[in-house]
Amino acid sequence: MLDTVFIITAAIILISALLTITAHNVVHALLYLVVTMLAVSLIFFILGASFAAALQIIVYAGAIMVLFIFVTMMLHQGEKSLAQERHLFHFSTSITALVLSSILFCELTFILFLTPADASTNMVTAQSSPFITVKQIGVQLYGPYSLLVVISALMLLSALITAIHISKSPATIETNTEGNNL
Amino acid sequence: MIPISWILFLSLSLFTIGIFGVLARRNLLFVLISLELMLNAVVIVFIAASRYHSASMANSDGQIMYLLVLALAASEIAVGLSLVIHMYRQHHHLDIDKLNKLRD
Repeated sequence: MLDTVFIITAAIILISALLTITAHNVVHALLYLVVTMLAVSLIFFILGASFAAALQIIVYAGAIMVLFIFVTMMLHQGEKSLAQERHLFHFSTSITALVLSSILFCELTFILFLTPADASTNMVTAQSSPFITVKQIGVQLYGPYSLLVVISALMLLSALITAIHISKSPATIETNTEGNNL
Repeated sequence: MIPISWILFLSLSLFTIGIFGVLARRNLLFVLISLELMLNAVVIVFIAASRYHSASMANSDGQIMYLLVLALAASEIAVGLSLVIHMYRQHHHLDIDKLNKLRD
């Protein structure tokens, strides 16, 4: 039962990821990306990590997608940008990338399925642990991993400052520097 | 219980799709979307590793790493999209092959 659910979800993930990569319209690609994120959160539910699944829906399919869609609304010009995109990406320009990534795929599947027997049996017979609750994660996060919380807070703050500074319009920056020089 | 090799196969396929997107697309917005797909593939491995951990007590290290990757993805997307806006203001297109000069 769980196996069939997993296989269907994995198929949805892979198909919608391929459609995301090969779409010409940015809005279509973003909608396929939302489908991918929701299917990944279903994988997390199947694996018993319900907190991670909820965060995946809230942060990825909510916040990050809203950022993407706002930028697309600012930059998209309808038929003109569609024609530009068709010029930039078609099948003949992506043959080299296809060959390289299929070589990588073959190597990774070779490593995964054709490893020596003792290593793979160790992986299969590993006992599954009981489900992890949110309380355990919180105790771990604010106990031994509290430095990680501080570091990620600093990273978010620096990303905020960087985004504000870069996306400021060039005219205001020039007038500011001129004011400083005077 | 799902065999862990299936999950690893799903993750590596998703990662390869993301690599293909980064290599093949020339629009900066699509490159960022492909980076998101690759981060998702990594995150699946983290969650599966915390689930299939062979210790007797439950191990939540994988989910904590998931939280860190989530914060990383959010900040990366914020900086990347502001770079997209800046590039569009300067060049009026998003073709990364045209960015071959250090300054214009």
